[in-house]
Formats: sequence, C-alpha cells, structure tokens
Amino acid sequence: MLEEQGPEWMSEEVKTGTTIIAVEFDGGVVLGSDSRVSAGASVVNRVMNKLSPLHDRIYCALSGSAADAQTIAETVNYQLDVHSMELGEDPLVCSAATLVKNISYQYKEELSAHLIVGGWDRRGGGQVYATLSGLLTRQPFALGGSGSSYVYGYLDAEYRAGAGRTDTQRLVVDTLSLAMSRDGSSGGVAYLVTIDGDGVEEKVFLGNELPTFYDQ
Amino acid sequence: MSSIGTGYDLSASTFSPDGRVFQVEYAMKAVENSSTAIAVRCKDGVVFGVEKLVLSKLYEEGSNKRIFNVDKHVGMAVAGLLADARSLSEVAREEASNFRSNYGYQVPLKHLADRVAMYVHAYTLYSAVRPFGCSFILGSYDVDDGPQLYMVDPSGIAYGYWGCAIGKAKQAAKTEIEKLSMKDMTCREVVKEVAKIIYIVHDEVKDKAFELDLSWVGEVTNGRHELVPKDVREEAEKYAKDSLEEEDDSDEDNM
Repeated sequence: MLEEQGPEWMSEEVKTGTTIIAVEFDGGVVLGSDSRVSAGASVVNRVMNKLSPLHDRIYCALSGSAADAQTIAETVNYQLDVHSMELGEDPLVCSAATLVKNISYQYKEELSAHLIVGGWDRRGGGQVYATLSGLLTRQPFALGGSGSSYVYGYLDAEYRAGAGRTDTQRLVVDTLSLAMSRDGSSGGVAYLVTIDGDGVEEKVFLGNELPTFYDQ
Repeated sequence: MSSIGTGYDLSASTFSPDGRVFQVEYAMKAVENSSTAIAVRCKDGVVFGVEKLVLSKLYEEGSNKRIFNVDKHVGMAVAGLLADARSLSEVAREEASNFRSNYGYQVPLKHLADRVAMYVHAYTLYSAVRPFGCSFILGSYDVDDGPQLYMVDPSGIAYGYWGCAIGKAKQAAKTEIEKLSMKDMTCREVVKEVAKIIYIVHDEVKDKAFELDLSWVGEVTNGRHELVPKDVREEAEKYAKDSLEEEDDSDEDNM
C-alpha cells in the first residue's frame, strides 16, 4: 500500500495485499477475507487466514503490513482477556474496536495496517467497526485492503439491511470472489467467519468452490 | 464496640493479637462522627439523600456539597472526613474517565466500585500513610444493567446493596430503609421516603439546622445523575415534614 521511490527490494515489505470485508446481519456478523500474502511480486503464503480472534465472539480482519496487523491483533486479544476477567463478563464489540483504534491512532506514523473489527455482544447484537488510520466508526458493512476498491460498487448495490444469515454469507463470498479475480494482490481461498449469539462458525471456500462470474 | 488497642494501634501495618487492624477501625469511627448519608436502589433508579449539618449561619447555602458526580451516569454520596472524600471522588472520576477512553463506553458500576475500593484498600497496608477517613456510596443507572448501588468503607471493601446508610445515624436509618419495599417502588416514590428518613434520623437536640441534599439517577433522568429538581425536592420535604407531624400527633393520642 505505501510504495517508496527507490530500488524494488526496499519496498518489498511483506504485506497482506488483501481483500477483507465484514457485514452485519440480523443477529450477528459475517467476516470474510482472501488468503494471499505477498512480498512484492512473490506470493509468500497462499493460504493465510486473515480473520483473527480478539475474543470468544469478536474477530478482526487484518490488512496492510502482516507484522503490524498481527501484532495489533495479539495485543488487543491480550487486553481484552484481562478486561473481561476484571469485568467478569464478555467484552463489548465497541471495547475491542476502541482498543484497536487506540493503538492504530497512537502509532499511526509507525504502523501501516488496517483492521476491521466485527462481533456480537448481548447489548448491541452484531456490530461492525472500521478503524482505518485510527478513526472509529460503526458501519453496517466495512471493506478493506487493496482488493476492496474493486467491489465497493457491488456491495453498495447488493447490501440489504436486515438480511438473514445465509444471504449475508453468500453476499460476502460473492464479493470476495469478485475482488480476488480483479486484484493481483488478493487470491487463494476465501475464509468466512460467522458470529452470532450462539457461537462462531468458521468456513473455508477452496478455489474450485468459489462462485464464478461471467468470465469464468 | 469500643476497645483500646494500646500499642497495636499506632500504624496500619500492625495487627493486634486478636487479629484487628485498629487504624482502620479508627477510620471507621471518623465516619460515624459525620452526619448521615443514605441511598436507596429502586425499580428504575437510585436515590441519594444527605443530611448536611449547617454549623454556622455564615455558610453560603448550597456550598460544601456532599454528593458528587463521578461520570454522567454515576453519583457518589460521602460521609466522614470531607477532604478525604473529595480526593477519592477525583480518583473515581479519573478511573471512570480512563475506562471510557480505553474501552469506548461508560464504566459499569461494579468495576468502578472495585477499582476505587482497591485504591482505598492500598492505604490500609502501610505505616507511611493513614487510611481514608470516609465511606461513600456509589449509584448508577444504565439501560442494560439497570440501577446499581455499591458502598465502600475505609477498609476497602465494596458491597452491593438495595439500600444503605453511612454516618452517625446509620443504624436508625437502616431500620427505616428496611421497612421499604424498594424493589417495587419508582424513583419518584422513593425520593419522598428518603427525605422522610433523613428527617426522622436527624437529631433536633444535638444538631440544630440542616440542609437536605437529594439527588437521583434513573429512568426518570435518562441515566444521568442529577440533583433532584426544585419542585420534586419541595414536594419530598413537605411529605417528610407532614409525616413527622403525624407521628407526633399519634404519640400524643396514645397518652
């Protein structure tokens, strides 16, 4: 994402090129990601799961620099562990998002990662928060990563408020598939995590299981 | 329950042979010398009442408040050494503010009470400092947890209550509070009962004038802790004074 002028090897940071997406539905959230990790033109990992747990019913989607994003996720995971033990109950999604935002904002000059936080809590149900550049806003759906630019229009057109679980899962897989086929830095398999009051469901869609469109 | 702890009561870092920390007990005695503060948790909120003794006619009315706002949704009523209580209210405010800043929402009262109680407890461990000479009552209301009420004493314990009293008339006040079925009452009903209890326990002989401070937090204030509005306050005080007169009259009849 941040490209410097200079010899190629200087800018070949290990990035999760990425498409990440999170969508709220009635009673929960669905998070989705691709699985490609690139260093310049080389695919370093073609099966990385970019959906990382922050707590039992709160996940985040990683994009940007792989190291930065993973470190933020691990730090917030630890902070939420302590917080939930002190409170004696599960943390709120907005707490997880605020913790991510605090790190992203405080170190915004040094870090180059964008995390989308999505989860379920008893107070607000399913919620999605974007934390790009250290802001914090709750949205019905959020996109991130290099592949997201190709699918904003698609998601804007297809998103329906109050949709059900399976419809939302299908929407997320379709969006990921479209982004992965247009963005050189996204690809591999599609990971889906669906979170609601009853628990968490993780799914993988292998290459041949992904939905196809007009050119495939 | 008074006893002399000769030799074992010079610092908070010493136990007595029968297992007591006298400095902490002496701190609680300081609270008992102060005028009464009570709080009642009801169906839809929490009401605080404080008997503020007026020691001099020169005091400005409404000054020296003993009910503090800790965050928008938390109220704190204190008894004991006022200076200690003010310093602890600052501690509570900082805790609540840091929580909001770190976690993005209003601090749950149990957590706040535990944190401030931990702070109070820390001052009971060392000989270099003295324990805080005040008790305080924290109350809040939010849509999910409903009304909450906690009391912290100088030993650093926080308990949850439906009704509690601190200060010189706490025994009498507790007896009166126990008569209420607060779980079924609303804030508007409880406000009058709280005023009445303060009037009942006020000792006309020993302490002359007093001001009644009333505050509440609940559905009626949309979750904000505020001093009770003037009209409600006047209605509550009138109810309190009328009830006392009735009791006086009925005593005469029995003779």
